[in-house]
Amino acid sequence: MRIESKDQFAAFQAQAREREAGRKKRVLVCCGTGCLATGAREVAEAFAYEIAERGLDVEIGLGVKSTGCHGFCERGPLVVFQPEGLLYTKVQAKRVPEIVEKTILGGEIIPGLLYKNPADNERIPAYEEIPFYKNQVRVAMRNIGRIDPTDLTDAVAHDAYAGLAKALFEMTPDEVLDEVETSGQRGRGGAGFYTARKWRSCKAAPGDRRFVLCNGDEGDPGAFKDRSIMEGDPHSVLEGMIIGAYALGAHDGYIYVRDEYPLAVVNLQAAIVEARKAGLLGENILGSGFDFDIRISRGGGAFVCGESSALMRSLAGKTGEPRAKYVHSTEKGLFDLPTVLNNVETWAGIGAIIHHGGAWFASMGTARSKGTKAFSLVGKVKNTGLIELPMGTTLRHIIYDIGGGVLKDRPFKAVQTGGPSGGCIPENLLDLPVDYERLTEAGSMMGSGGMIVMDDRTCMVDVARYFLAFLTEESCGKCVPCREGLKQMLGIFDALVEGRGRQGDIERIETLAAGMQLGSLCELGKSAPNPVLSTLKYFRSEYEAHIADRACPAGICRDLTAFEIMDDCDGCHVCFKACPTNAIEGTIKELHVIHHDLCISCGACLDVCPTDSIRTFPKIELAVREVV
Amino acid sequence: MPTLKVNGRKVTVAEDVYLLEACRAAGVEVPTLCNFDGLEPWGGCRLCVVDMSLAKWDDDWFKMVTACNHPVEEGMTVITDSERVLATRRVVLDLLLARCPETPLIQRLAREHGIEETSYELNPEPTDCILCGLCTRVCDHIGVSAIASTDRGWGREIAPPFNEPPPDCIGCLACAEICPTDHIKFTTSNSCRTIWGREFEMLRDPKTGEAVITKAQAEHFAARSGVPMTYFETSDRSKRLEVAKTVERLRVVKS
Ligand SMILES: Cc1cc2nc3c(=O)[nH]c(=O)nc-3n(C[C@H](O)[C@H](O)[C@H](O)COP(=O)(O)O)c2cc1C
Ligand code: SF4
Ligand code: FES
Repeated sequence: MRIESKDQFAAFQAQAREREAGRKKRVLVCCGTGCLATGAREVAEAFAYEIAERGLDVEIGLGVKSTGCHGFCERGPLVVFQPEGLLYTKVQAKRVPEIVEKTILGGEIIPGLLYKNPADNERIPAYEEIPFYKNQVRVAMRNIGRIDPTDLTDAVAHDAYAGLAKALFEMTPDEVLDEVETSGQRGRGGAGFYTARKWRSCKAAPGDRRFVLCNGDEGDPGAFKDRSIMEGDPHSVLEGMIIGAYALGAHDGYIYVRDEYPLAVVNLQAAIVEARKAGLLGENILGSGFDFDIRISRGGGAFVCGESSALMRSLAGKTGEPRAKYVHSTEKGLFDLPTVLNNVETWAGIGAIIHHGGAWFASMGTARSKGTKAFSLVGKVKNTGLIELPMGTTLRHIIYDIGGGVLKDRPFKAVQTGGPSGGCIPENLLDLPVDYERLTEAGSMMGSGGMIVMDDRTCMVDVARYFLAFLTEESCGKCVPCREGLKQMLGIFDALVEGRGRQGDIERIETLAAGMQLGSLCELGKSAPNPVLSTLKYFRSEYEAHIADRACPAGICRDLTAFEIMDDCDGCHVCFKACPTNAIEGTIKELHVIHHDLCISCGACLDVCPTDSIRTFPKIELAVREVV
Repeated sequence: MPTLKVNGRKVTVAEDVYLLEACRAAGVEVPTLCNFDGLEPWGGCRLCVVDMSLAKWDDDWFKMVTACNHPVEEGMTVITDSERVLATRRVVLDLLLARCPETPLIQRLAREHGIEETSYELNPEPTDCILCGLCTRVCDHIGVSAIASTDRGWGREIAPPFNEPPPDCIGCLACAEICPTDHIKFTTSNSCRTIWGREFEMLRDPKTGEAVITKAQAEHFAARSGVPMTYFETSDRSKRLEVAKTVERLRVVKS
């Protein structure tokens, strides 16, 4: 059915909402990539089978819905029962008949499937009561996990395209621009450029053909917010782009999707087809006279392809290599024509901004960073996953209230934010409200919203080395400071962690970092020293220890660290089994010892010791002991 | 025509040129490695960095940009020798010297910037290739694109496709001649030229017998320009002789 007017859209919306209201009882199975990997598809199928077999669809109007990612991937597959709002975690297909029997028909809760709060070991039945969800405010991710991403009617029942209808029928393109400006929204892909300012500069550029692009490259290791949005609510991305195109007078759009995201491609493609059929995309959208269509392009597979000029070159069929751009892509972008490129999350917010008004969005957040932001919270934290929060939320709130604190209640050491070229923020800055400015001031950045929590068993030199290694692989190699600089920087760090550090290394690092920041062509090279400089700023003594004392204070760098068992060992023998090289000797209930000649300093024993009886010390002391 | 200030000196240049040209017009030398007049600027070597301030910015606010590809603008102030500009150039040259320790051009530029020895790890396999991209760009420019840069990051290399003798190469030597470090090797004899692992037949001037051009290059140009092959196989000396003869004939007729 093609919708051809404002009234027809209102009617479609009413119908969709009515259908939704009539379907009270629902089993929502998370079918995001994370849950699919742990068997969500089978769970959804098992529910569908049980329901059909028992005729529950007819009898009690029960249905299954496969949704996008609920964010709590680590506990998947996740199943939510509506209208109760009950959440089961780690559901397996073989338990589905039992769940249907007991929970759906018997109204009985199966305690073992409930979420257990790591803070107090309480089991929490209601989805909304779980701290991980309770503290979130979702804008860009508003419908993820609630709707079936492949069902347009379901999306529309949840306000999809309401913003578009409002823009097309009640607002002029300039009013749309004003509304986006009022919202104060800034780009969610990294640099945090004001969306409205970018759009205005493109609109002011001469020429009558312009492009609207969506950056779905998401190359940061571990980041998955854009994937979740594209998979779980593709219509929100399309809606944002159509509104943007309307404001700009553009008729062609492209979504550049990372090649490793097949499900995102499938769901986006399906959404595009459905939207075209419904008259929401293509010619004469909703009968308004406005034409705009979107195509999908699959990414070149490199991190640097997410950089705007590289992305546009790659879209145009050339190598995805950054171009020095002193002329903005808003003036000369794709095919040298005026172009707006925004991140997936940026676009996903636009529909809601128009629907609820810019002022509503601007009422959340801080003075210069408005609205909400998606973060992927990972690392040594109890609850890992994808979250969305108002800007200005403190790191402490994110890590402790939502994340449930550091894993195994170990001491917190730092949180790395902003992806591979972000920085590490130490404990004394935990009350930092997270927004663009504060993170930059702290020597890190917002980036795409990655957060990696690190505990005391983390060597900051090793952390910096890890990110350098990633960036060295991903540098395109076009310019000298980034290509040669990263290689040399990595070499210095290799030496540091292997105990070959020399006096003057810190100064060499600093000189090289400054040269890369100032001299590199694109933001990859310019920001590559961030992990180095931020760890150097907050954890300088660790660097000094690696050089002067040949010691890794955190006991992580293998070449610098030796392990020994202390007297309070109760001989539980657990470490004996954990050691991969049989370097541990001891009989049960007696003090164990580590043979240094066999030990490879992997730390496996320390990780498993229940009594914390294993300590690390600088390997260099071993030599001293031998002499004595 | 915009007027700029370069190191305190005023210059007026054409509308559509880059900062590098304004610097030169002001008599200020800016080192470059990847720039070549007539080819689109590329911005890869980063040696030509300068400090730049727009008229509308605060007086003490400068941005570091590459002179080779930054457009000029009325009222711009350019400083080519600020401490951070020189420091950045030193890092670039220091890094290049580690990559190409035996390359005279790099040694000289480094020395001019006060670097005798690199502060970094020496390349265990010294090369003369500085990856300035001039060769591939000139090859693209003449419409051949026989060679390209392969791989990314540190592994980047200039090579023909699949590292095999490039089928599209016409043996014109544009890449070898533009290479600032003479890294690209070739041989030319009276009958044959070799480059990139390929052998090319030479066309000889019918009159003087000297080798003029590879057959492949003559064919490439002939096909693109519509000019007959015979034009290309005539050597410059031959052409000059021809002119001289004509002049001689005219003189005879006149007298
Ligand atoms: C090396 C590099 C990688 C990038 N990768 C991405 C990416 O994966 N996704 C993205 O949206 N932006 C990425 N960016 C930022 C883009 O260049 C661009 O700023 C952004 O897409 C603009 O959208 P926004 O204003 O909505 O944030 C990257 C930038 C750099 C320098
Ligand atoms: S900074 Fe790095 S990624 Fe960017 S152009 Fe230079 S080499 Fe390529
Ligand atoms: S000459 Fe400008 S970057 Fe190389």
